[in-house]
Amino acid sequence: MTAVPAPLSPPRGILHRPKASTGFWSWWTTVDHKKIGILYGGLGLVFFVIAGIEALLIRLQLAGPNGTVLTASQYNTLFTMHGTTMVFLVGMPIATAFGNYLIPLQIGARDVAFPRLNMFGFWVFAFGGLFIYSGFVLGGAPNGGWFGYTPLTSTPITGGALPGHGPDFWAIGLIMLGIGSVTSGVNFVVTILNMRAPGMTLMRMPVFVWMMLVVAFLTVFAMPAVTAALIMVFFDRNFSTNFFVAAAGGDPLLYQHLFWLFGHPEVYILILPGMGIVSEILPVFSRKPLFGRSVVIFSGIAIGFLGWGVWAHHMFATGLGPVATTAFGLATMLIAIPTGVKIFNWMGTVWGGSLRLNTPMLFSLGFIAMFTIGGLSGVTHSIVPADTQQTDTYYVVAHFHYVLFGGLIFAIFGGFYYWWPKMFGRLLDDRIGKLNFWLMLIGFNLTFFPMHFLGLAGMPRRTYRYASGMGWDNLNILVTIGGFVIASSVLVFLVNVVKSAKNGEVASADPWDGRTLEWSIPSPVPEYNFAEVPEVHAADDFWHRKYTEDEEGRLVRLPAGGADDGAHHGDGHGIHLPSPSFFPMVLALGLPILGYAAVFKNPWLAIPGAVILLFGIYAWTIEPGTAED
Amino acid sequence: MAQAAPVVPAEAEHTDAHAHGHADTNTGASNPKLAIWVFLSSESIFFGAFITTYLLYRGRSPANTPQPKDVYNIPFTSVTSFILLMSSLTMVLALASIQRGDHRRFRTWILATALFGVIFIGGQIYEFTEFYREGLALKTSVFGSSFFVLTGLHGAHVSVGIMWLLSLWGLSMQNRLHVQDAEKVEIAGLYWHFVDIVWIVIFTVIYLIP
Amino acid sequence: MRHPKWRTGAPVLLAGIALALAGCGGSDNHQNTLKPHGTDAGKIKDLFVPILFVAIIIGVLVLGATIYAAIRFRHREGHPDNPKQVHGNTTLEIGWTIIPALILAVVAIPTVSTIWDLAERPTGPKVLQVDVTGKQWWWQFGLPKQPMVPQATALDAKKPGTGPIITSTELHIPVGTKVDLSLHAFDVIHSFWVPSLSGKKDVMPARTNHLTIEANQPGIYRGACAEYCGLSHADMRFRVVAEPMAKWKAWVARISGPPLGAYGTAAKPTDVYTLTSKTYGCTNCHTFTDPHLATYGPNLTHLASRSTFAGGTLELNHKNLKAWIMNAPKFISMESKDCRLPPPATCVGMPSFTKNTPKGQKTMTSEDADTIVNFLLGEK
Repeated sequence: MTAVPAPLSPPRGILHRPKASTGFWSWWTTVDHKKIGILYGGLGLVFFVIAGIEALLIRLQLAGPNGTVLTASQYNTLFTMHGTTMVFLVGMPIATAFGNYLIPLQIGARDVAFPRLNMFGFWVFAFGGLFIYSGFVLGGAPNGGWFGYTPLTSTPITGGALPGHGPDFWAIGLIMLGIGSVTSGVNFVVTILNMRAPGMTLMRMPVFVWMMLVVAFLTVFAMPAVTAALIMVFFDRNFSTNFFVAAAGGDPLLYQHLFWLFGHPEVYILILPGMGIVSEILPVFSRKPLFGRSVVIFSGIAIGFLGWGVWAHHMFATGLGPVATTAFGLATMLIAIPTGVKIFNWMGTVWGGSLRLNTPMLFSLGFIAMFTIGGLSGVTHSIVPADTQQTDTYYVVAHFHYVLFGGLIFAIFGGFYYWWPKMFGRLLDDRIGKLNFWLMLIGFNLTFFPMHFLGLAGMPRRTYRYASGMGWDNLNILVTIGGFVIASSVLVFLVNVVKSAKNGEVASADPWDGRTLEWSIPSPVPEYNFAEVPEVHAADDFWHRKYTEDEEGRLVRLPAGGADDGAHHGDGHGIHLPSPSFFPMVLALGLPILGYAAVFKNPWLAIPGAVILLFGIYAWTIEPGTAED
Repeated sequence: MAQAAPVVPAEAEHTDAHAHGHADTNTGASNPKLAIWVFLSSESIFFGAFITTYLLYRGRSPANTPQPKDVYNIPFTSVTSFILLMSSLTMVLALASIQRGDHRRFRTWILATALFGVIFIGGQIYEFTEFYREGLALKTSVFGSSFFVLTGLHGAHVSVGIMWLLSLWGLSMQNRLHVQDAEKVEIAGLYWHFVDIVWIVIFTVIYLIP
Repeated sequence: MRHPKWRTGAPVLLAGIALALAGCGGSDNHQNTLKPHGTDAGKIKDLFVPILFVAIIIGVLVLGATIYAAIRFRHREGHPDNPKQVHGNTTLEIGWTIIPALILAVVAIPTVSTIWDLAERPTGPKVLQVDVTGKQWWWQFGLPKQPMVPQATALDAKKPGTGPIITSTELHIPVGTKVDLSLHAFDVIHSFWVPSLSGKKDVMPARTNHLTIEANQPGIYRGACAEYCGLSHADMRFRVVAEPMAKWKAWVARISGPPLGAYGTAAKPTDVYTLTSKTYGCTNCHTFTDPHLATYGPNLTHLASRSTFAGGTLELNHKNLKAWIMNAPKFISMESKDCRLPPPATCVGMPSFTKNTPKGQKTMTSEDADTIVNFLLGEK
């Protein structure tokens, strides 16, 4: 028997392993977390534009009473797709994009725990998104609302409740996306818990990484609840089960409980990455540490836990009874406390600092302001009797757009401007960025602030038209104009991207005088991340290599500390990195095929889907993580 | 889906020297092992949702449809449950064998585990066809819906496990599963034990408790 | 230390904003949550508005502080660039944890008490009980037998001529009377919402929810479905007409009686009878003569007692009613193109009688439509 066994390798002839780590095709087979992060971000931005166009169509229809731009059926599909796209194909993927790119860098690792699984997650996102959108041409795009209440979505197609295959594409598509999210969540948990550089204790991790850890746990625990609910919807619709059939003993309300058990943690999954991004940007551009850093971390954890106990605040009008509504109302008020604490801590960071109002900082300050407004309207929702007037009206539409757009999207744009130089080696133009910010701030408020009034004045949501003479006309025109202002701000961003690629200012390793490890390595980041794995001695370790504090608490520059621009430490020779692979894409491809088999109840499609799935799994497990040289 | 750990300092050439779980990780558990634990906790919520649904729908099926007490055959299900339970024992023995380097016994025990799993599934199929003959289908009532979907999903998980175990057996037959790969077996074992525990919960809560 | 002008300006600004927003309740479109005309809507407003003010003040303070900080602490060339590296301040942090908690605790007290107040179901002989059924895409109202409505007996559709009095889209209630609504849904989840009178409550299949409404002044109050229920959710509107007791009793007596005009019978058919029972099959989904029958479509007995129809989207007049009968899907999107075919064809709503007429069926003529409309408009 040989002492060292030969490594596993596939039989000759099956699929040459891809080798390229640069070039166009390398993007299809990469397992590098940085490339994968950029892929998530790029595709997420594409969906952002698509969902934005959907919103503009909605606003054209609602610009005046009795609009005729869209039919009822078209409108219902568009608002469903707008919500579904923004939540599942924009918010979560772009957060994952930042997580993917930054987590290994910020913890001093070379990649995530499971690089191929990481790429698999991206392909599931891409194929899942395409699958859902293919409904437009294959018998009906989703049209049951992004949360798809039963029995509207669970009635069989012949029942007439929602004509077409919309709910089928929606349910199967979301199940698929959920699989991708869970694999991503597992990957991030293991990476963060297991792969930190020596000396990086949990409390020394950047706040962004902490928020992504909480988000990863929330994801793996929340997705199964909605997956179960969606399976029940699909089965009711296609196999005559009775989960939500009242006459057979079922209860449509069960769906709402299961959905919101997922749905509420989901909104924290969406916002916590934004909070993490802002927690990184504010200290750097204030030249002050994050105020109450550990409290900000603990508040994030508290929100993660408390978020499981408030789901029925989405159901205050369903007749739960005073005991339940009291309990959930109080729990919802409770969760406002750690949220408020974070806002005050961010203010405390900025207060007394030496602020640079570059674009990332403007978006982060905008986040504080807009998220506060959204948080306050959220508190008014926790006032249960008041909520029965607000829910399902434009008031709640205003609330969640303030927290998700004014919150998450603003943070995301701040993150783009902040980390763009690190990812691409060139800065985005700051003057164009400021135009981007102001247009977006003005457009956003013009669009969503009037909605508070519209809701209180009696305008229900998800309505494809409204009557004249209700006093809603003028505000609706303002809202529509605001939508186009937002669109112009996104165009400005895209122009900035193109300009940066063409002749953007070349970035050094540390253009912002950053605090965290990613700023200690060259821009763009070399494939191996760190030439030498860093030894960490404190939170914001890189900052402490550059500065120390005197007795008064003022900064003293240390001569030796600084970023590695790549000049000194070699090119990472001898570092073995995981090799590219086809199989994440192959395996992911099996899913939409099985998806179509399910939607069209076609067993013949299931066979190739299952074969591809099995082939993908086996080939993947046989293939070593790192190829032989 | 096992992976070689990619964290490699520039200096050291890394060999697969993880024979007894000593990993270069902050928690001490290897990446794959930590991953399976996180995944199984996710799966707990998944099954929890269906079990909870079943319990919430208890007693709500129309009176003229088959009720649990009409169709359940507790002695029969006890036997199949026992067999699944024994399969966890054989799984433990399989792991112990590979850790010792005893490949022959490993193959015996892992095959036995898979075989017990197959017998369990066979018993389920028999049980379901009996229920169907007695008038209980997916569409009959909420009892039918929630029971069959829950146990069906569990059966699907068992089936995936059986394929996983047989793959390990196949690898061993080709002399491609070594002492160093014991962790792969351990991870499969964790999955298998989880699936068994879910069944114990189902059996207790759904069959035994009236 | 400079004292910026904003310090004196801020209280004025806050007061100004508060006043401006107070006037921002909007016009009274009779669907406005901030212009209540009912008891519960009033209680909700009294709870909500003070809390809203507190929220607005907090919001303005945080916004103001953000803007102030951005201006005040902005780095300027030549100025010191070395701020004190403050890591936290325990007193401040405890303070800004406890103070919001206290504010919330104070807010919680009237909230909880209002929850329980509104949850009480009114009982007794002076309470009007109404059955509400939400259907895709219109509202059906039933007035079962009870002290206030002696004519009707308990809901029993099998015995025509008895059962609750059925009407749709327009619900009349007496002013100053508590109305106990029992809410059901026929198909999917809808939500019953009359903002001037009360918060909303979802209606669900096979589950009964309850809601209390009480109008404080006479008037017509608009309602809408507030839970997305498919194609024409936006058009699923209704009206609540609150009138003095005597007028309301007269209304009940009118709509519970037999039709005013001659509809005819099988033995002695009139034109209307033939058209609606035979030619066009209207009676498959409607009734014209029985105020107690809950049909698939709205009960049309005494249709002219109402001012609106078609889910509350159209005013009831000859032109609208005629156009509707001839081609309803033009006005409200429905899944009804197969409604003139026998089951199991999918049918939700009312079909067109002039477009895509199936083979063997008649396309409705203008004269026939006139005959039907004339009859209906006489049924006050």
